[in-house]
Amino acid sequence: MNKSIHSVLSCKAARIAVFAFGMLAVSCHSVAADQTARAQRLPGNSIYQLPISLTDQDGHEFRLSGKRGKPVIVSMFYNSCQFVCPMLIDTLQMTEDSLTPVQRNSLSVLLVTFDPARDSVAVLKSITNARHLDAQHWTLARTDDGSVRKLAAILGIQFKLLENGDYNHSTALVLLDGEGRILGSTNQIGEVDPQFAKLVRDAAK
Amino acid sequence: MGTALSTWLSLVWLAVVATAATADDLAPVGYVTVTPGSLTSVLSNSSDNRPIPVKPFSVRVTPVTNAEFLNFVLKNPDWGRDRIASVFADHTYLHGWKSATDYGDQTDRQRPVTNVSWFAAQAFCEHEAARLPTWYEWEYLAAADATHADARKDPAWRARILAWYDTPTDMHGPTVGGAANYYGVRDLHGLIWEWVEDFNALFISPDSRNQGDPDKLKFCGAGALSLQDKENFAILMRIALLSSLSGADTTDNLGFRCARSAVPNLTHTTPNQ
Repeated sequence: MNKSIHSVLSCKAARIAVFAFGMLAVSCHSVAADQTARAQRLPGNSIYQLPISLTDQDGHEFRLSGKRGKPVIVSMFYNSCQFVCPMLIDTLQMTEDSLTPVQRNSLSVLLVTFDPARDSVAVLKSITNARHLDAQHWTLARTDDGSVRKLAAILGIQFKLLENGDYNHSTALVLLDGEGRILGSTNQIGEVDPQFAKLVRDAAK
Repeated sequence: MGTALSTWLSLVWLAVVATAATADDLAPVGYVTVTPGSLTSVLSNSSDNRPIPVKPFSVRVTPVTNAEFLNFVLKNPDWGRDRIASVFADHTYLHGWKSATDYGDQTDRQRPVTNVSWFAAQAFCEHEAARLPTWYEWEYLAAADATHADARKDPAWRARILAWYDTPTDMHGPTVGGAANYYGVRDLHGLIWEWVEDFNALFISPDSRNQGDPDKLKFCGAGALSLQDKENFAILMRIALLSSLSGADTTDNLGFRCARSAVPNLTHTTPNQ
């Protein structure tokens, strides 16, 4: 059978099945989403090529590519981490503080949890409130375990779930341009990495 | 009304059957169910290096071949080397193939596919409702010889495996289908290196003699892992390789096989919030 006819047919079959049984919606959705991604022609080196879906602190679902348009600092964390993760947020806030208000407005921050089992939407919301994070610029998000692994891989972040429920992980702040291309990253936390801050200022112009 | 409904339902059925019938042009893929157990890993996960439980799972008997990977690429052209996004695979992705849709000679058909990135390997496995095996699953399988679940203390067996690493590498090496081990799984040693799902969890301290001195600001949690059973060079080399790779990297000797959890695979669904 001709390939394109086949794919049309199977999609139609899936749609009929959705109507009949209320299932199989996902496969059709992802085909459509992939076609959309192609239509918008993301650069090949954009991490927004990763077709994962996340949920933010307000319970809204979004695709990674939904962050397209503005430079973003991305990092990964988990809430029950006692030591490094609070410092990670401190460092991001210090980096933001080194920007002018105009630069701050043209930058957003995306923090994705390693720990979707414990970091529910409610937990993400409570961090946002407790740390007074500006919801206009800050997104705290969760996704499924498989997508966490892929996102970490694409950002070059290593992590492992330990027996005691802690995550052992490397920490990186990764700066993306408006198209999701990696401009630079730093492992330095606890203080602002001056070179990284310069990259951020240049990107947020 | 009843007739219309039944005609409509049989159309649905026909469409589903037609889809299934064309879904795989190759021989059925062989997965074998692996008896669960526990494993004393070369990677310590706890201070006393307790055995790690391995839950029931099934795994491909042999690594994925060129023919199987081509079949996947034909159905998913975005994973062809001419179309792949550079964020998912480096420039040597499938570079041994003649073209994006031709792996070469007929003799390459049953050879394990190599020069595939972790992202491509994951996508292949997801395409057949599977995933890559975890490191512990792979290590559990690879501990077996033909008759024992754990042959790692047998010096002769260790020496045999190590001998392979001395052999010069050849992209046009043997085909899949070596001798089956205790679990019925083939080609874990002596053919290729293999991706695992959690390759980016295998970070070890640059010098694991430095116990208690991990770079605390780089690693949250308990710091880097430490290595146990330091005589098990064959396995340690695998960890050294995997821990040095990023997800888009490809090498001439690195391929993969897929696995499935025995319980419905919950890894790729969103848990209840």
